[in-house]
Amino acid sequence: MVAQNIKHALFCAVITLIISYPILGLDLIAEGIQIKLSGADTSTYIGIAAAVLIVFLFQLFRPAITGSLSAIGAANPLRDRKPLPQDKRVRLERAALILIVIGALLWPFFASRGSVDLATLVLIYIMLGLGLNVVVGLAGLLDLGYVAFYAVGAYTFALLSQYYDISFWVALPLGALLAAAFGFLLGFPVLRLRGDYLAIVTLGFGEIIRILLNNLTSLTGGPNGVGGIPDPTLFGMEFGRRIKTEGNTSFHEVFNIPYNSDHKVIFLYLIALLLAVVTLVVIRRLVRMPVGRSWEALREDEIAARSLGMSRTGVKLSAFTIGAFFAGFAGTVFASKQGFISPESFVFLESAIILAIVVLGGMGSQLGVILAAIAVTVLPELAREFSEYRMLIFGAAMVLMMIWRPQGLLPMSRVHIQLKQE
Amino acid sequence: MHDVLYFLQQLINGLTVGSAYALIAIGYTMVYGIIGMINFAHGEIYMIGAYISLIVITGLATLGSAWLPLVLLVALICAVIVSSSMGWAVERVAYRPVRGQHRLIPLISAIGMSIFLQNYVHLAQGSRNIGFPSLIQGGITMGAEDGFQTSISYMQITIFVVTLVCMTALSMFISKSRLGRACRAVSQDLKMSNLLGIDTNRIIAATFVIGAALAAVAGLLLGMYYGSIDPLFGFIAGLKAFTAAVLGGIGSIPGAMLGGLILGVAEAMTSGYLSGEYKDVVSFGLLILILLFRPTGLLGKPEVEKI
Amino acid sequence: MLDVRNLSMRFGGLLAVDGVSLDVKEKEIVSIIGPNGAGKTTVFNCLSGFYQPSGGTISFEGKEIQGIPDYKISRLGLVRTFQHVRLFNSMTVVENLLVAQHRHLNTNLFAGLIKTPAYRKKEEKSLERAAYWLKQVGLLDLANREAGNLAYGQQRRLEIARCMVTEPRLLMLDEPAAGLNPNETRELNQLIIRLKEDYCVSVVLIEHDMSLVMDISDRINVINQGRPLASGTPDEIRQNDDVIKAYLGEE
Repeated sequence: MVAQNIKHALFCAVITLIISYPILGLDLIAEGIQIKLSGADTSTYIGIAAAVLIVFLFQLFRPAITGSLSAIGAANPLRDRKPLPQDKRVRLERAALILIVIGALLWPFFASRGSVDLATLVLIYIMLGLGLNVVVGLAGLLDLGYVAFYAVGAYTFALLSQYYDISFWVALPLGALLAAAFGFLLGFPVLRLRGDYLAIVTLGFGEIIRILLNNLTSLTGGPNGVGGIPDPTLFGMEFGRRIKTEGNTSFHEVFNIPYNSDHKVIFLYLIALLLAVVTLVVIRRLVRMPVGRSWEALREDEIAARSLGMSRTGVKLSAFTIGAFFAGFAGTVFASKQGFISPESFVFLESAIILAIVVLGGMGSQLGVILAAIAVTVLPELAREFSEYRMLIFGAAMVLMMIWRPQGLLPMSRVHIQLKQE
Repeated sequence: MHDVLYFLQQLINGLTVGSAYALIAIGYTMVYGIIGMINFAHGEIYMIGAYISLIVITGLATLGSAWLPLVLLVALICAVIVSSSMGWAVERVAYRPVRGQHRLIPLISAIGMSIFLQNYVHLAQGSRNIGFPSLIQGGITMGAEDGFQTSISYMQITIFVVTLVCMTALSMFISKSRLGRACRAVSQDLKMSNLLGIDTNRIIAATFVIGAALAAVAGLLLGMYYGSIDPLFGFIAGLKAFTAAVLGGIGSIPGAMLGGLILGVAEAMTSGYLSGEYKDVVSFGLLILILLFRPTGLLGKPEVEKI
Repeated sequence: MLDVRNLSMRFGGLLAVDGVSLDVKEKEIVSIIGPNGAGKTTVFNCLSGFYQPSGGTISFEGKEIQGIPDYKISRLGLVRTFQHVRLFNSMTVVENLLVAQHRHLNTNLFAGLIKTPAYRKKEEKSLERAAYWLKQVGLLDLANREAGNLAYGQQRRLEIARCMVTEPRLLMLDEPAAGLNPNETRELNQLIIRLKEDYCVSVVLIEHDMSLVMDISDRINVINQGRPLASGTPDEIRQNDDVIKAYLGEE
């Protein structure tokens, strides 16, 4: 037994060496047209050696280590804690959400411009996360091309403002509806497919949209993107120093305060906050409605759902369309925040980030998704030296989550329903 | 005459790329055939194969070794070893612990692995694309001196020949060897094979290793054919190969070959007659169409829904 | 009420069901019995629309329904359970019953979003119906448990309750007694009779437990190797030589 353990541990260590040394230890360096090979620095070698050693030791003492790990779990004081009673937990969760919203309302007036800007981005990701949560978490449909609907929303606003001078408030519903229409049209044929095929097809669809945006240069500007997207206005008041559209007034002149470019950033943040709250509330309602329940039923057992009269395509389509709708929402806000968009912003990586938010937060759980969106967006900003490792860590985290906690960090809690006892 | 030659040229280009797609597609099709999951990280394994080949070729050039067949052989062997190890490790770390869970879970784990590997290479080797020396040069040219010429490069011939050899070897292995028989048994019925004393874990690991080895071969060949590689190199190629696998009928090895060739030709024709920009659109469009109208692919068996 | 003529179902070269006919009247319990692999569940799958029958006709309340998609068939009032219980496991017991009533509810999104009075009323009604049926099958105390955590017998009863909240005309039960202990089987027996007597539901039953079948069936159809072997009242079936041969083997 021991001999076999050592053999296995040695094998794993050798594999670790094989997959780490050539990639990490030997760097390809292009000098003009010449390519040279250079060794990495000493710390890399130490790292490789450490990794090999760790794998060896872990595999050697695996039973002991896993045993002590579960001992740590047992020592957790929270482990034996009884779950909160239902009504208390619901109240707690609602209180947490309301506190977050109130805090989010007041906070920008005391924060720096940069952090308000970042917070706007966080809110956009929250909208995207909540929207994708409907599709992946509730309906159980793995959509890897979610970013396509985000792009549709963003480009709708950008192009309509460029060609027809349409304002943010008109473009917002249009962008969302157009994204929903795209979701509907794509969903109609593909939702019959089994889960893993659906993932690939949506991925392909996302790529097709991006390639089209890149190549329909006469319409979309191709890789150069679309610029000059107008800022949102507040009842016809603009936030710029000078008025751009005739007939509008200027915010600082109306209120007779000195011009401050922060006003615009805060205003945009508040719009994003408003829309994120709308998204949150609407989806929260939907989950408790017949539509929302049939999403979950279909995820749980498709055949049983069909036997009870649910149309597979109809139910899936509603989830897909509603998910796409909120992506369109987020896209419009994004376009207006950036003022300039290009296909660069809508690559597969973006879909992967949104998926990571849903998966890490806990599929189906709204509070989880919100916290994950904050973490995924803010942490890389806080630890800038690690920001290049961001995607590496996301990838690893997705794998580890699926192994140890597939329900996510903050899994969805079921709503208890009080029945009248006769 | 010009038209025919032009068509012929596109056909040759398409078949070349298509046969390399087929090599990658084998990995998808075998894994799907056995455990019914899409190995999303397979494209990355192929990309790593290409990187290792380039590292070895560059290293040997610095050492001064120049006899071409030897250089290629060493590069091939190293790439196969590293990629296979990678395939084994990926299965062990990311797929085995989640096997048998709800369908979404292994799929998300696989996507996580794919993102991880892409960034692993990105961080270690940089994100810029690096030139891959075209070691096999020259070719055979047909057609009039002054008019349009059709040519087959020796590189293309190499790709054909190597693919053919790999495919033949794989078929022999699957039909004749003990491990191959076990593979077929496991793909028929995993639980039953387990009861009959087949070490299914070993067989599943073996499928990943074989698929990874073939992907590494494709990595070397296509890296050299395209002339440059980057960490995103595997992503699109993986999607294409998956399309090929589905097109031919996922789970079927001859299907993967057929699917690869059809896809390669379709792409080459799009590039040749329409625009290179749209070749990805055409292959994804093809994927969507085939899934809609014939989800079992050209050579796949229909599945009956079990209730 | 249900009239099946000459039903056949072919999978590739295999004729799984061949020329089966079935006739169910109002307030009647009809059983389908037969050895394992006789094609009983395949008949159910054809009736409930999961399979497209290769031949024959199925008419329900005078309307031909073969080839209609599954979800539309259940909307006509023809609902089934499954051989291996199929609940929505991570949803609670009461949610299982609510989701089954989705077509009785107002599906208008906006009505639900702003909670119009009409919507509330319907929602309340469906809750009442769920509570009623939970009481009937004795699961009221477990209403907020996750369905997947129930004991096996409870899951079986929940599955039947989930069918009943849809207010079906005809209930198809696929081996409802499988895995139940004698006590639970007796309760099931009474429940099925009550469904027929009190709620005017006809029942088609696939079952291996002969005492249950003989007790409650009005008529029995025997299938062997996909073909009809005999049909009649329990007494007739008990004395039928062909049936005895098929079950006990030839002397």
